[in-house]
Amino acid sequence: MLALERVGKTYPNGVHALERFSADIRLGEIVAIIGGSGCGKSTLLRAIAGLDRATTGTVTLDHTAITAPHAKIGIIFQEPRLLPWLSVADNIGFGLSELPANVRREKVARALARVGLTDKANAWPRELSGGQAQRVAIARALVPQPEVLLLDEPFSALDAFTRRDLQDHLLDLWNDTRPTLILVTHDVDEAVVLADRVLVMRPRPGRLFEEIKINLARPRDRNSPLFDNFKRRVLTALDRSLDRNVPDADAKSTAGEAMWW
Amino acid sequence: MAMTVELPALERTDAMTPRASSARLRRYARPALGLLLPVGLAALWELLVWLGTTGPHGIPQPIWDWLKWVGLPNGRLVPPPTRIFATIMELASSGELSRHISATLTRVAAGFGLGVIAGTILGAVSGYWGLARQLLDPTVQALRAIPSIAWVPLFILWLGIFETSKIALIAVGVFFPVYLGVMGAILSVDRKIVEVGRTFRLSGPAMIRRILLPAVLPAYVVALRVGLGLGWMFVVAAEFMGASEGLGYLLIDGQQLGKPAQIVAAIVIFAILGKTTDWLIEIATAPLLRWQDAFGRQSGAN
Repeated sequence: MLALERVGKTYPNGVHALERFSADIRLGEIVAIIGGSGCGKSTLLRAIAGLDRATTGTVTLDHTAITAPHAKIGIIFQEPRLLPWLSVADNIGFGLSELPANVRREKVARALARVGLTDKANAWPRELSGGQAQRVAIARALVPQPEVLLLDEPFSALDAFTRRDLQDHLLDLWNDTRPTLILVTHDVDEAVVLADRVLVMRPRPGRLFEEIKINLARPRDRNSPLFDNFKRRVLTALDRSLDRNVPDADAKSTAGEAMWW
Repeated sequence: MAMTVELPALERTDAMTPRASSARLRRYARPALGLLLPVGLAALWELLVWLGTTGPHGIPQPIWDWLKWVGLPNGRLVPPPTRIFATIMELASSGELSRHISATLTRVAAGFGLGVIAGTILGAVSGYWGLARQLLDPTVQALRAIPSIAWVPLFILWLGIFETSKIALIAVGVFFPVYLGVMGAILSVDRKIVEVGRTFRLSGPAMIRRILLPAVLPAYVVALRVGLGLGWMFVVAAEFMGASEGLGYLLIDGQQLGKPAQIVAAIVIFAILGKTTDWLIEIATAPLLRWQDAFGRQSGAN
């Protein structure tokens, strides 16, 4: 189980990005974190990943405090971040360097087949489309079989069609080993399609505003009235989270910039 | 044209039949394209000198006057390409040429090697550790501001007039571009890529080997090529300061004994050697840089 206890973060430049965020996320759960810009979503994710340290509070995974990147926690970024000098296959196998070569090759081959890119094994990342590159990134993060997979707006740079495609694909992959997924997004559709639980955050400083459970069986029909109902609930929560403190434009933009880091 | 080269295997087979022959032709024609300008200029030069030696018949007076003024008609100060070629052959057959070339090549190789090693190590250190950069970089930058030729008198006093001082001068010339290139490349490695290394918990050495090294490689190759160019520049300066062999010696000797053909011959050989060694670096590193997604690839860098 992943336990977030009163996690807070103040950046050295004084931006108070996150305040006392607490949540317990059990193994295999899919949690979407949604909120306006500058509400500390990415900050929270980076703290869980161990890339940044929280200034207050703790992140613990199965009683181990997370202060640095951990073997059981993988992350997928908004951009694929493939290493341009490695072939697609070598990119996927990047996190498996401790394994013997033949085991690694086999795992990579299986992952390639799983994301439907077997024919691209020897291609360079520059030869991939945006959607293909993000699929390679997903495969790279999943191949070491993390218990927790963090996704930081992973599909936001893709076109609507590819995005839907990859959302379904992600669920499919998740079903293989059922890791915990924590997904930061600003796409309500995406949150409702994927998540068991949607955490709505509110900005300045970022904190938990509302928690919405999505009790819908998978696969979910995006056109069903129930789906719409949940979408509306998330949207209203989102609206209320932003309306509470009417933002002045300046503060919003600076806080938003800080989040991109 | 790189479009045909970069097509993935499946599509390439389709594209092969109609376009292959023209693509292959263009691949071989491309290096030849680079020869067009020097060969054309040489032919023009030859023609002008030849016109000069045949006398003023049939040439308009102003052009003839101009040719005479330039000194082309007898080709004494402006030796035609054939005479330069003859000089080169003469030097080659006496075995002198290989002696001079190997002397110069040895100096460049030794100076380049030392400069690259020092530049790479110091550049890497100050690129990687902020503290080292703060300690080291201002001094190196100040030293860089000194015209390297200014070291010559000191090097002669310290290291003698023989090989050591020459190699030291070349090494100094090579050092700075390599140092700057390596340091700048490390400092500009994409933070996002480094973060990927961090999420996979790479240790320090692994991070250097698997992320930083490949990431700086393209810039490093450029730094090496700039360094090599400066090495060739400084070998002439080094050989001017007193050498009994080497291409620089051929230049000085040609000036003092009034042998312009020998001077131009040495210059031509410099051009050929410089271009060849640069090309060798390019060839040797090309397999390591195939992954690059850059403008240069599309306009035919491969």
